[in-house]
Amino acid sequence: MEAHAGHRSASTGHSTSVDDHEPSGSFATYTVGLAFALLLTAASFIVSQTNLLWEPGVPAGLAVLAIAQMGVHLVFFLHIGTGPDNTNNVIALAFGVLVVTLIVSGSLWIMANLNTNMLPASAIMEMQR
Amino acid sequence: MSAQIGTADLPGHGTTATSSGGPAPVRITVAYGFWIFLLSDIIMFSALFAAYAVLSGQTAGGPSGRELFELRHVGIETLCLLFSSYTCGLGLLAVERRHLRGFYVAFALTFVLGATFLGLELSEFAGMVAQGAGPSRSAFLSAFFSLVGLHGAHVTVGLIWLGFMVAQTAVRGPRDFVLRRLLCFSLFWHALDIIWVALLTLVYLMGAH
Repeated sequence: MEAHAGHRSASTGHSTSVDDHEPSGSFATYTVGLAFALLLTAASFIVSQTNLLWEPGVPAGLAVLAIAQMGVHLVFFLHIGTGPDNTNNVIALAFGVLVVTLIVSGSLWIMANLNTNMLPASAIMEMQR
Repeated sequence: MSAQIGTADLPGHGTTATSSGGPAPVRITVAYGFWIFLLSDIIMFSALFAAYAVLSGQTAGGPSGRELFELRHVGIETLCLLFSSYTCGLGLLAVERRHLRGFYVAFALTFVLGATFLGLELSEFAGMVAQGAGPSRSAFLSAFFSLVGLHGAHVTVGLIWLGFMVAQTAVRGPRDFVLRRLLCFSLFWHALDIIWVALLTLVYLMGAH
């Protein structure tokens, strides 16, 4: 492992000891990430508790803030970035996002359809009589 | 056949570190494998999120989220988790630079903040069960307890793992394999924070709105 790390840093032209630790970020990235996360969390609470946003737009606003905060966590805490070491991580993330979207939106879509197309319970009782 | 041509002929492919430097370092492949696990864990959560989203209105005459959730409580939980993520990251930085004292302080803080989160969540659950809003009251509450409870179970596992990793670092020292495990732990802990963001928004903020 040591040999690989040394070889890699030589080929990319960085100094060895720093490059070895680079993927875990730095004090600055974690602090900036924390500041962004606190800001977005505070914004979420404000949006949900006040009339700052147009009433029907509140869920959409909260969703946007949450997605932004997840992005902040991914970049500043999990270090999913654009570096060459990260290509596979990003592709896997894209696939994960696809599956999560399919599961959540598909479930909501199917269940909403079932809900609107199903007879009320009282009507079913009526038919069974 | 197309794959063979594709990898060799892609312009700029030879400049990436992985192809010119031989196989990727173990640190990269371990983190990649663990990242795949985390994504599958998130997919499992997504199924429960979908169930909650479908069932959140089915209160069966019982209490709704608006009556049950205390946002002040939830805000403190969020801060605990956020700062524990931060201290976990700082602890990882410290141990990678062989600053063991800083590592122990940061991970002790992480543990305390995580345990505080768990304690607050359990007291919230106990309060809800005490006022007759347990998981068997309605479909909404079943979905709520399984979704939030699964996240709490993950935090519990994380705290146990944290304890083991601190002990292992103390016994074996900050060697490469210990550092890789600490990296995986920090990824796990940060991923829990991402799931909490989704939980906070969908369950608590939208539910109390």
